[in-house]
Amino acid sequence: MYLDPNVTTAVKILVVGHFGVGKTTCIGSISEIEPLRTEEEITEASVNYDDLSGTPDKTTTTVAMDFGRLTLSDQVVLYLFGTPGQERFKEMWEDLTRGALGALVLVDPERLDESFAVLDLVERFGLTYTVGVNRFQGTTDYPLEEVREALALSDETPVVPCDVRDEKAAAQALITLVNHLLSLLS
Amino acid sequence: MSDEPEPEPEAELELTAPLVPFFVVTGGRSLPPAHEYERTTLVSAKRDAAAEARTLSPEAREVMRLVADGFLSVAEVAGHTGLPLGVVRILLAELADEDLVLARKPIPPAERPDKELLHAVLDGLKTRFGA
Repeated sequence: MYLDPNVTTAVKILVVGHFGVGKTTCIGSISEIEPLRTEEEITEASVNYDDLSGTPDKTTTTVAMDFGRLTLSDQVVLYLFGTPGQERFKEMWEDLTRGALGALVLVDPERLDESFAVLDLVERFGLTYTVGVNRFQGTTDYPLEEVREALALSDETPVVPCDVRDEKAAAQALITLVNHLLSLLS
Repeated sequence: MSDEPEPEPEAELELTAPLVPFFVVTGGRSLPPAHEYERTTLVSAKRDAAAEARTLSPEAREVMRLVADGFLSVAEVAGHTGLPLGVVRILLAELADEDLVLARKPIPPAERPDKELLHAVLDGLKTRFGA
């Protein structure tokens, strides 16, 4: 359960995507611990139609988020945080993106239109990202370049196949992301 | 009004209510600054902290027990205790004030990630997954 006592550096990568895209499965495939869940409170404005004062109510909601851990060396541990991509969680995004290396954005080729809001948030928070195309059973292989075009991604943004149930595929998507981060430094 | 359909909850985002009000658990203290006791801050109990821990609240004691023998991230403390992240952060700040826990802060956010660190991450991933 405990980290290696020499581990001094914790880094994080966000696994981002819309509801049901496979974030938790992806994290579970590569995490060295059983994925854990944090509960946190966010405040959001709720629309109350009976309220004649015109001021939106603030309500508190608890959001559950899954995460995993991967020790990468004697000194470095990586945490993977599943991050919901809805606009209403942007308060949480400020904390999650602070110090994050980047993001793996998971997309479902059958539901690409649901990924626009996610990509919008990722770009707004200035995260470097790689797009992982999850392949679900029964769906035909989706040409990656069509995904790039449909999502209007830049030529530089890596787009990789990412069967989230497959440890190697999920790891390869992370490796692509880190290589991409390194390429931006040189 | 009452027969309006309820908005469908999103299954992934569990909405829960606490059994004990959290201001009781936290003794009314407020959250530490955002960059303190973040999800990836690593925490461990100090070696000689066990005796003093007896006087703490049950929740703070649970946190102390959890990190008694090594380092865990703040997120893991929240995950294992089932306490909301905010509550865990407040409890840890309190325990640190009382000199009962050690914290290793995550790397400070930089404009660009450090090259050496990225290489360490890359090598670690490749070694682990044989890629």
